[in-house]
Amino acid sequence: MIHARQLARTFQVKGERVEAVRGIDLDVEPGELVAFLGPNGAGKSTSLRMLTTLLPPTSGTALVAGHDVTHEGARVRQRIGYIGQGSGSGEYMLPRDELMTQCRAYGLSRTEAVRRTGELMAMLDLESLATRPAGTLSGGQRRRLDIALGMVHRPALLFLDEPSTGLDPQNRAHLWEHILRLRRESGTTLFLTTHYLDEADAMAERVIIVDRGAIVADDTAENLKAQLAGDLITLTLADTDHAGTAAAIASRMPSVSEATVDGTTVRVRATWGVAVLPEYLRALDTSAAPALTAEVRTPTLDDVFLALTGRRLRDGDAPEE
Amino acid sequence: MNLVSHTGIVFVREMRPGLRNPLGLVFQMAEPLVFLVLFGPLLAVMPSVGDGSTWQWFVPGIVVMLSLFGASGAGYLMLTEASAGTLERLLATPLRRTAILAGRTGKEVATLLVQALLIVLATLPVGFDPHPLGALVGLLLLAVFGVGLGSLSISLALAMRDQPSTFYGIQQGLLFPLLLLSGVLLPMDFAPDWLHTASRFNPLTYLVEAERALFAGDLAHPSVLWAALTAVAVAVVGLAVGARTMRRASC
Repeated sequence: MIHARQLARTFQVKGERVEAVRGIDLDVEPGELVAFLGPNGAGKSTSLRMLTTLLPPTSGTALVAGHDVTHEGARVRQRIGYIGQGSGSGEYMLPRDELMTQCRAYGLSRTEAVRRTGELMAMLDLESLATRPAGTLSGGQRRRLDIALGMVHRPALLFLDEPSTGLDPQNRAHLWEHILRLRRESGTTLFLTTHYLDEADAMAERVIIVDRGAIVADDTAENLKAQLAGDLITLTLADTDHAGTAAAIASRMPSVSEATVDGTTVRVRATWGVAVLPEYLRALDTSAAPALTAEVRTPTLDDVFLALTGRRLRDGDAPEE
Repeated sequence: MNLVSHTGIVFVREMRPGLRNPLGLVFQMAEPLVFLVLFGPLLAVMPSVGDGSTWQWFVPGIVVMLSLFGASGAGYLMLTEASAGTLERLLATPLRRTAILAGRTGKEVATLLVQALLIVLATLPVGFDPHPLGALVGLLLLAVFGVGLGSLSISLALAMRDQPSTFYGIQQGLLFPLLLLSGVLLPMDFAPDWLHTASRFNPLTYLVEAERALFAGDLAHPSVLWAALTAVAVAVVGLAVGARTMRRASC
């Protein structure tokens, strides 16, 4: 569905060359749900714009829905849907009119357009809003209209740029219900960008982590967490001597990747921490350095990002430009 | 699908809000109306602004002013839609880039013609007496000029999408000098030499003179040819610049 090779984009900002995307390779198969995750300015939106023909690449190639983004833009656009960060609907336009325009833009006949508009308004609970200017709708309502606009032509591939930014948790949940239902019903391939860690974690089957214009990891969220971060075991001990002993014992255990001491606290990184912990506690008892408290925390994608880049991916930032 | 049907789709989209709320059409022509109502009567008591009635002289100019204000503001909506993300949505559809521009410009021209007709009709009772064929040619000329100016305004908006205030600055900064230099409000015949010379460099001056001749039924007046050339030149330049800007419009 998507095959990109060495796709790159540079911008000139005040006379300086900024490499927004540095040659990414990407293959997405039909039916996948892929999340592009990264901090603001990582190059997520720029990549998406190149894949949707909104921005010509500086170099590299991309085949999207079977056509080249540089030379066959119109063919690509006919086959994909795009839901951008902003509001797709015009301030003074009525939702029904905008849907009609969108249907006609994708080549639906007038009768088909009327039918499809009705269908989408019912599907996305827009019927009661059909004749209110889009500018008067709430954020969540307007987002639903954007989703409807993006799928008038039942695209096989749908791009979503930060779809849930600015929505409250309830609206985010509703939005995802709609997106996932669409996928269930029509097998649409979904490619989205997000800087919400929990969203990528919970929804995407495949997470691609981008940082500074390059792909730094690409796998299921579970594999990423297991391979790159591991569980975090945190112990407190009676004194610093005990803590030192505990760290030494941990580092001799095969599934432990890292053990650090901080006062009377010991932090241990291990794959499958829940299995490591009982064994570890028994070893501490035999060494007369018993643990006072013990906790296992499963990693988040933030831990993965930290492991990969040495920096944290803070949640809830403003969307990138 | 071709450019014409795509332009039609965009045109219909742009026209809908206006058709649903026709009163908005009157509000959009606020400036020319204010001049017509609050300035026109003042002219009527002034000595010698051309031959015949004051309205015969003043109304054609107001119609040109209407096109100047309307078409030069076309970029405003484009600016709003570009910053909101609506333009991006349209650019991601298979619609031809040039159709997105042409459809919008078409709406500006259609609006302009309706407003011009309204002004003509409204001034009939107070003594404006347009020559039917001349008026028709005059409106056609206005439409051609509107296409060019509308396209230029939209192009400027696209180029300035990241700094909207620059767009307003340029638009407003050009609007009043062009208007005052065109002789819409007072005849340039009375102007000091330097001002008169400056007005000859204003394309709008020829349009105003031609509209006055045409509405009076003088279709063979030399200014008509000059105005036609000016309007066509503005249209050609406007469309060329506009098409180029739209094709390069990446978000």
